[in-house]
Amino acid sequence: MKFKFLALAAIYALSASVVMADKKATDTTPAEDLKVYRDYFQKRFPGIPLDEYANGAYALDAVARDNWLAIEEFPPYEPMIEAGEALWNTSFANGKNFASCFSGDPAQRQNFPYWDAKRKMVVTMELAINECLESNGEKPMGYNKGKIADLAAYMAYQSRGQKTNVEIPDDADAMKAYNAGKSYYFTRRGQLNFSCAHCHMESAGQHIRSELLSPALGHTTGWPVYRAKWGELGTLHRRFGGCNEQVRAKKLKPQSEEYRDLEFFLTHMSNGIEYNGPSARK
Amino acid sequence: MANSIKIRAKLKGDTTQVKCLMTHPMETGLRKDSKTGKMIPAHFISEVMATSGGKTIMTAYWSGGISKNPYLSFDFKGAAKGDEVTIAWKDNQGGSDSETAKIS
Amino acid sequence: MTMNTKRRVFLKGSLAAGTVGVAVGAGLLTPQAVIAAWDEKAFAAKSVDEALNAAMGMASNTASDAIKIKAPDIAENGAVVPVSVSTDMAGVESIALLAEGNATPLVATFELGEGAVPDVSTRIKMGKTADVIAVVKAGGKLHSARKSVKVTIGGCGG
Repeated sequence: MKFKFLALAAIYALSASVVMADKKATDTTPAEDLKVYRDYFQKRFPGIPLDEYANGAYALDAVARDNWLAIEEFPPYEPMIEAGEALWNTSFANGKNFASCFSGDPAQRQNFPYWDAKRKMVVTMELAINECLESNGEKPMGYNKGKIADLAAYMAYQSRGQKTNVEIPDDADAMKAYNAGKSYYFTRRGQLNFSCAHCHMESAGQHIRSELLSPALGHTTGWPVYRAKWGELGTLHRRFGGCNEQVRAKKLKPQSEEYRDLEFFLTHMSNGIEYNGPSARK
Repeated sequence: MANSIKIRAKLKGDTTQVKCLMTHPMETGLRKDSKTGKMIPAHFISEVMATSGGKTIMTAYWSGGISKNPYLSFDFKGAAKGDEVTIAWKDNQGGSDSETAKIS
Repeated sequence: MTMNTKRRVFLKGSLAAGTVGVAVGAGLLTPQAVIAAWDEKAFAAKSVDEALNAAMGMASNTASDAIKIKAPDIAENGAVVPVSVSTDMAGVESIALLAEGNATPLVATFELGEGAVPDVSTRIKMGKTADVIAVVKAGGKLHSARKSVKVTIGGCGG
């Protein structure tokens, strides 16, 4: 895989330090990446507090924000939080339940995604939910929507106010996963030949036809999301798939290694921002 | 269809503010199923009745032009904290549900 | 734990609070009542006047500053447009809510009973940029207000 010209090159090219335009994914540390990434947005949208990025495009556009606040008045995801709570409290056939897998505490958002050193892989909350089911002899749930989104909504709701804090261990395999996620983010793909960063960094705050592009910073805080377009809750990986399709690229399977690595990188980039899921979007 | 209604009723001064969210597809009958290409039959809440203390406070009649998972809020006077408000809906396919909440 | 409640209108503690269970519903609405009251002619009407004639018994109305419509200047998503209608007029009997650009403009009617304050909010579908019209029946006459809402069609969704 070609890492040259990818990775943070895009950020550097757009930020003041144009000179660093041919960085490789592996040339910078996660801490350096975080600083460059955050500085880029704060320079680009001065005056917007870091925590506001948790609200996506609504941090930038007053009219859209009014629409959204009216929806949040009684958010359409509220019944799903309750459905998720019921799932949390439902016993498996062996008498155990989700609480048995998550130390009895549904407020787990800040613990995911994390690097599992033993298995050498990124573990997301949704993956952990299904692994909990399987280890208890239950059938796993579909990863995009439905029950898993309900349960994640309840867990996210209980976790509101926790701060994103994904640590990237100083470990060759963990760094490899992080860099893979980073490269995925900055790699052009699809018939439209766009990278994630083209829309959500370079063009954040601008319109694609009628759509206001949300800033990448804070993208991972509000999941699962009730999108009016979906008319239901969906997970982050469902949205990854949607983004891939929008640039006419092939979408990957939710919880594939690529998407988990991407979540690892992207969530790290939102470190310091509060979790506020579930949330509503247009 | 139990639990399809969520209600929040709050007394502010002499006015009770009722907000409710109903779970319902609200199909207009004018939309095609993207997979089968067939028209999705109309399925929407046609009537919502709000009662409190044995009185009808409001009756709303709706078309499929109300958004999916409908939201409704309204205000009324004459109730006290602890009184109950009941919201009941009927849809065009004969479905119905109701829920009662205490005013807080 | 400090909750991020500044932008969240509802708090953790309010979730499901106050709900005391399913009750009475079955007796409240008989199928006959629904059929008698839900006016197919009004909701199937293709024009505002036709809808008002069927739903409110007349179409002629006068514009009134006393009616306030709260709706976004630009709808984020035409499928979910938050709309509020309120008025300080006395003796309000009913309120009709219409989206002029929709194939069938009448979206909802609200009949106010005892104690009801003429202040209702809901979320409606709008097929295209058009006026939202609120018609208030008070003292046997119709009063109206309108507000333009721009609806953009998109598919990307920020």
